[in-house]
Amino acid sequence: MRTRDVTRTSVRLWTVLLLTPVLCLLSPVLGLPSPVALAAALGQRQVLPSGMVLLVSEKRAVPIVTATMLIQAGAILDPPDRAGLANLTAEILTQGTKTRTAIQISEAIEFVGGSLSVEAGQDVTTVTLSVLSRDLDLGLDLLADILLNPTFAPDEIQRKVQEVLAGIKRKQEDPGEVSAEAFAALLFGTHPYGRPVEGIEASVPTITRDDLMRFHEAHFRPNRTILAVVGDVSIPDLTRRLEVRLGGWKPGGPNFTQPPPPAVLARPVVRTIQRDVTQANITLGHLGVTRDNPDYYAIQVMNYILGGGGITSRLTARIREEKGWAYDVGSAFIPDKYAGTFNVSLQTKNEVAQDAIEAVLAEIRRIREQPVGDDELKDAKAYLTGSYPLRLDTSSKIVRLLASIEYFGLGLDYVDRYSGLINTVTAADIQRVAQKYLNPDRYALAVVADLTKAKIKP
Amino acid sequence: MAKRDEIREPRGFLLCAVILVVSLCLGLAAPALAASLAERVFETTLDNGLTVLLVEEPKAPVVTIQVWYKVGSRNEQIGKTGISHMLEHMMFNGTPTIGPKQFSLIVQRNGGQDNAHTTSDYTAYYENFAADRVLFGLELEADRMAHLLLGEKEFQPERQVVIEERRLRIEDQPANVLGEVMRATAFLAHPYRWPVIGWPSDIEGYTRDDLVQHFRTYYAPNNATLIVAGDFTKDDLLPKIQALFGKIPRGPAPLPKVITLEPPQRGERRVYVKKDAELPLLFAVYHVPNLTHPDSFALEVLAYVLGGGQSARLHQQVVYEKRLASYASADYSGVHVDPYLFGVSAGPLPGKTAEEVEQAIFAEIERVQREPVLERELQKAKNQIESEFIFAQDSVHRLASLLGAWESVANWRLLAGYLDGIRKVTAADVQRVATHYLTQDNRTVAILIPTKPAAPAGAGQPGGSKP
Repeated sequence: MRTRDVTRTSVRLWTVLLLTPVLCLLSPVLGLPSPVALAAALGQRQVLPSGMVLLVSEKRAVPIVTATMLIQAGAILDPPDRAGLANLTAEILTQGTKTRTAIQISEAIEFVGGSLSVEAGQDVTTVTLSVLSRDLDLGLDLLADILLNPTFAPDEIQRKVQEVLAGIKRKQEDPGEVSAEAFAALLFGTHPYGRPVEGIEASVPTITRDDLMRFHEAHFRPNRTILAVVGDVSIPDLTRRLEVRLGGWKPGGPNFTQPPPPAVLARPVVRTIQRDVTQANITLGHLGVTRDNPDYYAIQVMNYILGGGGITSRLTARIREEKGWAYDVGSAFIPDKYAGTFNVSLQTKNEVAQDAIEAVLAEIRRIREQPVGDDELKDAKAYLTGSYPLRLDTSSKIVRLLASIEYFGLGLDYVDRYSGLINTVTAADIQRVAQKYLNPDRYALAVVADLTKAKIKP
Repeated sequence: MAKRDEIREPRGFLLCAVILVVSLCLGLAAPALAASLAERVFETTLDNGLTVLLVEEPKAPVVTIQVWYKVGSRNEQIGKTGISHMLEHMMFNGTPTIGPKQFSLIVQRNGGQDNAHTTSDYTAYYENFAADRVLFGLELEADRMAHLLLGEKEFQPERQVVIEERRLRIEDQPANVLGEVMRATAFLAHPYRWPVIGWPSDIEGYTRDDLVQHFRTYYAPNNATLIVAGDFTKDDLLPKIQALFGKIPRGPAPLPKVITLEPPQRGERRVYVKKDAELPLLFAVYHVPNLTHPDSFALEVLAYVLGGGQSARLHQQVVYEKRLASYASADYSGVHVDPYLFGVSAGPLPGKTAEEVEQAIFAEIERVQREPVLERELQKAKNQIESEFIFAQDSVHRLASLLGAWESVANWRLLAGYLDGIRKVTAADVQRVATHYLTQDNRTVAILIPTKPAAPAGAGQPGGSKP
């Protein structure tokens, strides 16, 4: 199974870049194509007259096309009393347009064995289209129609509100989700990242049709949109097909005022939540860094050694392999657009919850206090740089990578630079960033457990 | 980053093992791709009985190496349930040349990713690498097939990890608790009745000797399939495979047979689970044949007609029109050695009962029994199955996994004929299998009844907060 982390309920772009250390090109050992050749193959970028950025990569081996569209229309734009607005907007888009009913939309895309979905995240809303290449016209027709002509029928809104409320309830049944949500609330307070993307039971029913229409009108604009397309289509052909359908899409939208940064914790903040569960679900961490932090790469190598390297990490060695306390333990630095998060998450039997928390803190202290070993450093770099071919081996991986590179402004030469950025990191860098960006004394801790058995120190 | 192992026991849902595999694979696709698949797979059997499947696919500079053993919880005995999965964990715990916990370290040091999963019918291991590292994966797999140590010192903490895994996956997940009870009710006799991860008491009780015996019995080359897919050439790789795996001796033939057959069900079974949860859940499952049966094609089409997306009947009627549930789906799970289940599941909306949802679902099943499906619905289901298969070919890992699953339960060559079978399905076939299999007497209904424990003082809604 995948590592459970605090962001698994929302679409966050870091997953593509962070856990996808994609891009080593300067790897003579691997005998891969030259950097230039690979970068060229990764995709071509153009800015359309409407302001939309289009990235295209031709892949002809399989007759499919996948497209990912990132629109700056995430939950961060929700008014505080309308938490869940971006999410509800995303849910409604596929539920009816001026010329198609909800059933006509789903039937049309499913008839050709394709898929079209819209999902809101904290920073962006993501539209994903997958079709056989012979059905590309139909797919693009539907994509354009749901973006440009949604009707927001009251009946459909009512349906989706009910479904979202059911989803909020069901989320409460998963102790890992509850822990992650409580952690975000502790860490971010009133900052939008402290709220769940889907909103809360009190806010969702208050969202009106006008709210949805205004949100759509304001934020679903081509100049706020990145479209990445990978597959069995040529660039001129695709550009032409898009022009026909999206040529009339008008730029616009408000200027975005960045929310004030979340407050830094002055001391440990602990939240415990009682549930009738067999395991304590623990999330511990603090603020991290954004994607443009110059220490980003050193932090990634450091975190790989600490808890990001899966089964080979220090946290896994200590808590899983040595103690047998947990099946899954890991750490992550998550660079969202306007604030970053560092978190450790694990699940362990209630009785040893406090011991496990102390073991996590001990590992955080150790990586701050002692330089990492040469072998550890070498292994981390070898994985981060050597695994990149696996991160580019399918159309769906490439399309997400292209979109993320554009979103974070990394440039298409990012793939050329990546292994250099990783390989220059030294043990001293790692200790320095560990001291600067890890703090075992000021953290947020959320524990969902049977508190009669799990004795959590305040 | 992938974590060690997966148990493919449906998240909440019924169909033990392999929702993933089923949905990817029951389809076979566009004629060209399907045909070319059959032609692209090179099959050979080594003298020791190891089946080798090689697929040259140079579209990306990567390779997947997979070893599939034909053993899962189906091959276990009561008292030792879950031992196949325990052994899967131990496969990462050392040989004379690769120390405990070193396996994944070596893989990752070479830029690779590895993992494994256990189902009721097979246990599968993989390494994905940049293409030039293919030998690392082969060497590692051959080494542990031949020389696994199963050290007592490694076993004890690993058992604790599995106990935590069971808590994580099952005990604290209402849907998965319901699924476990549902399977134990649907199967009276066949080993499919117990969970892949095993009952807690059994996990506590295994000894090292149990593991050694399970390994010696089932982890033999003549009970395994090696699959390599990706950017390599067969002529280069085959001699290396021969050199690495050819020397591993055959296992003690013959392999133990699973004797128990599930007797026919004679009357509906109903079961309830009460658990701390917010909303009820509903599962209904029917005994059906596996992928070797001619009806498997029509059953797969039926699953898509009922549950293949938002335009499918269950979603349209139960979620959209009647507004009873937030989701409703259907699955046919045919990738099993023995006959398994066709299932439907639904999550009632707040304020709606499982019984209301159940009635609406059964009304849809009765409709599909009463009237032939529309031609366009039939075609839609077939198109969805075909395109699933085409999309699967985007990834050599997924393609190899398809081959591995089919070969492990039957024969990968059935895959090549599968799309033809799907194409021939008629509306009358769908109606016939719905009528024949989706009967009340052949049905097990499982319902989750949410309970709310009294909140301890200071830890109520949703919890006590400390500064």
